[in-house]
Amino acid sequence: MARARTSIGRTIAAHAILITWTVIALFPVFVTVVNSFKSRRAIFADPLALPWPQHFDLVGYTTVLKQGDFFGYFQNSMIVTVASLFFVLLFGAMAAFALSEYRFKGNLLMGLYLALGIMIPIRLGTVAILQIMVAGGLVNTLTALILVYTAQGLPLAVFILSEFMKTVSDDLKNAGRIDGLSEYAIFFTLVLPLVRPAMATVAVFTMIPIWNDLWFPLILAPAEEVKTITLGSQVFIGQFVTNWNAVLAALSLAILPVLVLYLIFSRQLIRGITAGAVK
Amino acid sequence: MAARKPVRWHIAVFLAPAVLVYTAIMIIPLIGTLNLSLFNKGPDGVQFVGLANFATLFGDPRWSASFWNALGNNAWFFLIHMLVQNPIGIALAAILSTPKLRMAAFYRTAIFIPTILSFVIVGFVWKLILSPIWGIAPGLLDLVGLKSLFAPWLGREEYALTTLALISVWQFVGIPMMLIYAALLSIPDEVLEAAEMDGITGASQFWKIKLPLILPSIGIISILTFVGNFNAFDLIYVAQGALAGPDFSTDILGTFLYRTFFGFQLQLGDPYMGSAIAGAMFGIILLGVCIYLFGIQTRLRRYQF
Repeated sequence: MARARTSIGRTIAAHAILITWTVIALFPVFVTVVNSFKSRRAIFADPLALPWPQHFDLVGYTTVLKQGDFFGYFQNSMIVTVASLFFVLLFGAMAAFALSEYRFKGNLLMGLYLALGIMIPIRLGTVAILQIMVAGGLVNTLTALILVYTAQGLPLAVFILSEFMKTVSDDLKNAGRIDGLSEYAIFFTLVLPLVRPAMATVAVFTMIPIWNDLWFPLILAPAEEVKTITLGSQVFIGQFVTNWNAVLAALSLAILPVLVLYLIFSRQLIRGITAGAVK
Repeated sequence: MAARKPVRWHIAVFLAPAVLVYTAIMIIPLIGTLNLSLFNKGPDGVQFVGLANFATLFGDPRWSASFWNALGNNAWFFLIHMLVQNPIGIALAAILSTPKLRMAAFYRTAIFIPTILSFVIVGFVWKLILSPIWGIAPGLLDLVGLKSLFAPWLGREEYALTTLALISVWQFVGIPMMLIYAALLSIPDEVLEAAEMDGITGASQFWKIKLPLILPSIGIISILTFVGNFNAFDLIYVAQGALAGPDFSTDILGTFLYRTFFGFQLQLGDPYMGSAIAGAMFGIILLGVCIYLFGIQTRLRRYQF
């Protein structure tokens, strides 16, 4: 059977196409990281060469670390991302459990209401969000960003998690009820551990747009001490346009954390996507 | 009725946090923005003007030229994604799903990497690569003997928008690839084996058997692309600034909204017209989603295995 579907020529062609696109996908990242370790002259003279010892130079990184508060930005991004992720997962899972477990009036309507946010981007409400944050004194705080990202992440989280929670066996939950567990205990001790793979998928999908967002940090929290790393590197690069060493180093510093997180979670992400589709 | 059945408070407790945050930060601002678009500054303070802001936006030459320009650019941006990103994504997924392909996991991981990078990184990296000063792009073209084709693509009015759209395609091709890949994996082996029994293999198997089966996924990807594109802002802002140069040739609705609401250089910010633009974007996205839900999705034939 396998022989009918594959042949040597087609396999080679498949690899050729995939390698070509992989090179296209990775080339810009490669060029940036490699050149960030070179001296200014080497960047221009031979942009594609690896940073051999004779042009190896960390001047870009020293400029970046001296000029911009990148550790502060990084810390802000971490706080915002982790806190939003926590609330999205907790609130999303709770709502998803209510929608998938109980039959009550307005269940379907509530599900549709929460799913509306998947199609309508939260950015369109920016004008009024800014007014609310100004009224609440939350401009230039990380709380404002956490609130917005929690609201932004919830619709998709509820949607995906309630699909998964429908697959948790009823017998298990009823056994828990007979043993006298409260509904809260059933949710936290029985159901949550069972949907952990789905939570990981939701986490990755929620995390990437939060970490990379430029719009809300720019509008709600542009002050120096609450800048996220995405906004921080954007502003920094804007100021240092002609200092190529510093720009390339700043870009590399911004790429690395996401890349590491992605490589850690990529297996989980891919499994989550394919598992969701198989159902 | 309450006497017959006790109130199940836990349902409310489970739902409350999500519904409260979602309603307060997402739904109320959305309604607030739509409401604000019906007001404007008049001779005696802010007053209700009905749909006058929209009439200005669509008809007054000072506004409508920018609006239709942004809308047209946005449509072109979307068209390029549909014509380039989605076919490439589908093709890569089809190749990746070849049975017994070695290193498939590596390719999948690598091709998805641009998608996780922020717009700031993507915009600046490509700006540097395409920069005539640095010379990576002309140098690479020289290698294949096509140096004469090089132009400062991001700086020319006629190329800038297309170039940016292609950069965005480069970044996001991983999403259709992943979703289609998942859909292709979910086609049962029996169907494919039956096709092979009938002598349908290779490319004709893809066109005749797999493609019809993954059409619903292609529909979902199209609508996701649509919503994403008509909401885009970051890449243009990072690469060309809020003015979306050269000469507004890369201005799309997101940058137009940002400029109008927050102002730039000599123009003052205008929350009322800004809300009107957000309202128009809301209408466009809603229209697109409705066309998809009622016009396309209901006609797609689904197969159950």
